[in-house]
Amino acid sequence: MKELFPAKQVMGFVFSLILTVVALLVYFTDMSFAVGMTVLLITAFIQAFLQLVVFMHAGESKDGSAIYTNVFYGVVIALVTIFGSLLILIWDM
Amino acid sequence: MEFFERFAVPHASPMIYASMVAIALVSIGIVVGITYFKKWGYLWREWFTTVDHKKIGIMYLISALLMLFRGGADAILMRAQLSAPEMKLLDAQHYNEIFTTHGVVMIIFMAMPFIFAFMNLIVPLQIGARDVAFPRLNALSFWLFFAGAMLFNISFVVGGSPDAGWTSYFPLAGNDFSTSVGTNYYMIAIQISGIGSLMTGINMITTILKMRAPGMTLMKMPMFTWSAFIANVIIVFAFPVLTIALLMGTTDRLFGTNFFTTTNGGMDMLWANFFWVWGHPEVYILILPAFGIYSEVISTFSSRNLYGYKSMVGSMVLISLLSFLVWTHHFFTMGQGALTNSIFSITTMAIAVPTGVKIFNWLFTMYKGKIRFTVPMLYSLGFIPLFTVGGVTGVMLAMSAADYQFHNTMFLVAHFHNTIIPGVVFAMLAGLTYYWPKFFGFMLNEKIGKITFWLLTVGFVLAFFPMYITGLDGQARRMYTYSEATGFAPLNMLSFVGAALMAIGFVTIVYNIYYSFKNSPRDIGSDPWDARSLEWATHTPVPEYNFARVPQVASSEAFWDMKKKGHQLFKGEIKDIHMPNNSGVPFVMGIIFFIAGFSFIFAMWVPAVIALIGIFVCMALRSFEQDHGRHIHVKEIKEIEAQYGEVPGNENRSHTTTRV
Repeated sequence: MKELFPAKQVMGFVFSLILTVVALLVYFTDMSFAVGMTVLLITAFIQAFLQLVVFMHAGESKDGSAIYTNVFYGVVIALVTIFGSLLILIWDM
Repeated sequence: MEFFERFAVPHASPMIYASMVAIALVSIGIVVGITYFKKWGYLWREWFTTVDHKKIGIMYLISALLMLFRGGADAILMRAQLSAPEMKLLDAQHYNEIFTTHGVVMIIFMAMPFIFAFMNLIVPLQIGARDVAFPRLNALSFWLFFAGAMLFNISFVVGGSPDAGWTSYFPLAGNDFSTSVGTNYYMIAIQISGIGSLMTGINMITTILKMRAPGMTLMKMPMFTWSAFIANVIIVFAFPVLTIALLMGTTDRLFGTNFFTTTNGGMDMLWANFFWVWGHPEVYILILPAFGIYSEVISTFSSRNLYGYKSMVGSMVLISLLSFLVWTHHFFTMGQGALTNSIFSITTMAIAVPTGVKIFNWLFTMYKGKIRFTVPMLYSLGFIPLFTVGGVTGVMLAMSAADYQFHNTMFLVAHFHNTIIPGVVFAMLAGLTYYWPKFFGFMLNEKIGKITFWLLTVGFVLAFFPMYITGLDGQARRMYTYSEATGFAPLNMLSFVGAALMAIGFVTIVYNIYYSFKNSPRDIGSDPWDARSLEWATHTPVPEYNFARVPQVASSEAFWDMKKKGHQLFKGEIKDIHMPNNSGVPFVMGIIFFIAGFSFIFAMWVPAVIALIGIFVCMALRSFEQDHGRHIHVKEIKEIEAQYGEVPGNENRSHTTTRV
């Protein structure tokens, strides 16, 4: 029976619910902007990664490394774009 | 009547009325002609519903050539207007519209479909596949591109062309300064064809990663496939930025949001930022497949394998990364500090390094090679020095301090035409000549092709090199006229002469197609150029299943190995071939997207909502459709193969080569 029960997925589901609750706390409690934003960013990225690995099964097929390379490339470009834009339009304007 | 007034052109001129009449007459002529020759059924069965990558590629090719002439007409009008001081051919508004549509048409609706044409035609053949990974999605990509292109092209006779430049900077492109529907056309038409481009990107990446012939590892892929792969990776990462920027621009113009306005917390500079986050990688989306074509052509006609295969691949990967790190160099003068400008200056100059590596690799490929001066090779040989000049002026522009002098002058215009014309256009024409026999079964005439090459090269040099000088002397781009006292007149006249030569050059291409269709011999065999990679290992013209038996590959030049080293390309028995079914849905979706786009442009919400529902209905229908494709049976394959006679690479027969 053990191999039929999707333990990993159930754990993942519970964990993603916890992450959602933590993110909601930002709205319902009285946090400063900086703390709230930090909580949101951290929970959002863990959430996204969780979905990708547990529910979209990244890394389970034989082209797992290609998927992670793609994700890594995408994250690098996204970060460059965001921080570059901040640099251009706010920090160094 | 009030309803129809919105469709009137706000700034009409005799030229536009003449175009209206011409468009109406040509459209009626086409419809009557097709009906008279009873070709509707043929068109529907063979072209509108096709999912065959080769036919889709040919449709891209035809569209790209048509758009080349549309954009070329804009170009020649601009050069004519500037050929003498105080010229009265175009007024300021008309000139604005023409330089805007020239830029958009040439980049989005000419260069993009041209590279998609070659990706569609060549990539599946080079990797030994039967089609792309998602054939129906491929058809949808094409019809979305076509819907976008047609939508953009009717703008100048229905409601007015966009006039804020191909970069469409806000606040100029906002409702306050661009009051006609022109900029709506820009936002919506590019959006629709951009969705198609993104789909092609995903489709091609999947095809290249998943459908390569047995034995073809990534590092054994032919160079054009590598370049297409990298270009599509850039598409997938760059186009979403454009999609969102266009969406924000659209909502600003249609729904009164304030993303790019100068009031209510909007930030107009954000548009320029987003536009170039997409726009700079876009440059490499265009140039990398062009580099791929040059690699194939130079290697074939030097009779040598490509020098530095690994460094070619490495430099392209590096370019794909660097292309996302340089976008600020398009607006060094926007007001950000010296630190930012210095960072982006350095990243920009760094791109010259991998590009230089590629240039040297091509030179070393030719070194001690047995060079044949065919038309595709001439384009490649013309490309190397001309493109290098463009690259060097690019490094000049990359120096942010100096850029304050060059910015917004004709120097910049000269620079980017200097990279795009020898870089992309020459590559497309080289590819057109090189691959023409593969898909149409006859060669283009070499003599006329050489005349075309020289007309284009001499025309190009005359048209664009003077702009470097007038630009340094202070001639601003996008100015519709100038006074005699500026002294720009003689060089601008020279530019006009060059542009006219180029125009004649492009006409000779059409004449060449006509002439060769009538006169070229049809018994050219399957390998008329004595080529090296896998796309030449099948019949000419290519049967719908591409290869009767899947090729077995052991190097990046499998076909050459077969011819010279006795490599066995095709082994085993012919088996049933599984092929996708045709579908009319992509064509219908293209039409619905066109209607939706048109309704959005004119803010007609009822048809817009109906059309949007139609799009979702089409998608839902596709989700529930059971379509397992069809099989071509062994008997049928053998009959088709027998029609072609000699089978290239067949283990039982010897191979013959037709030399040029």
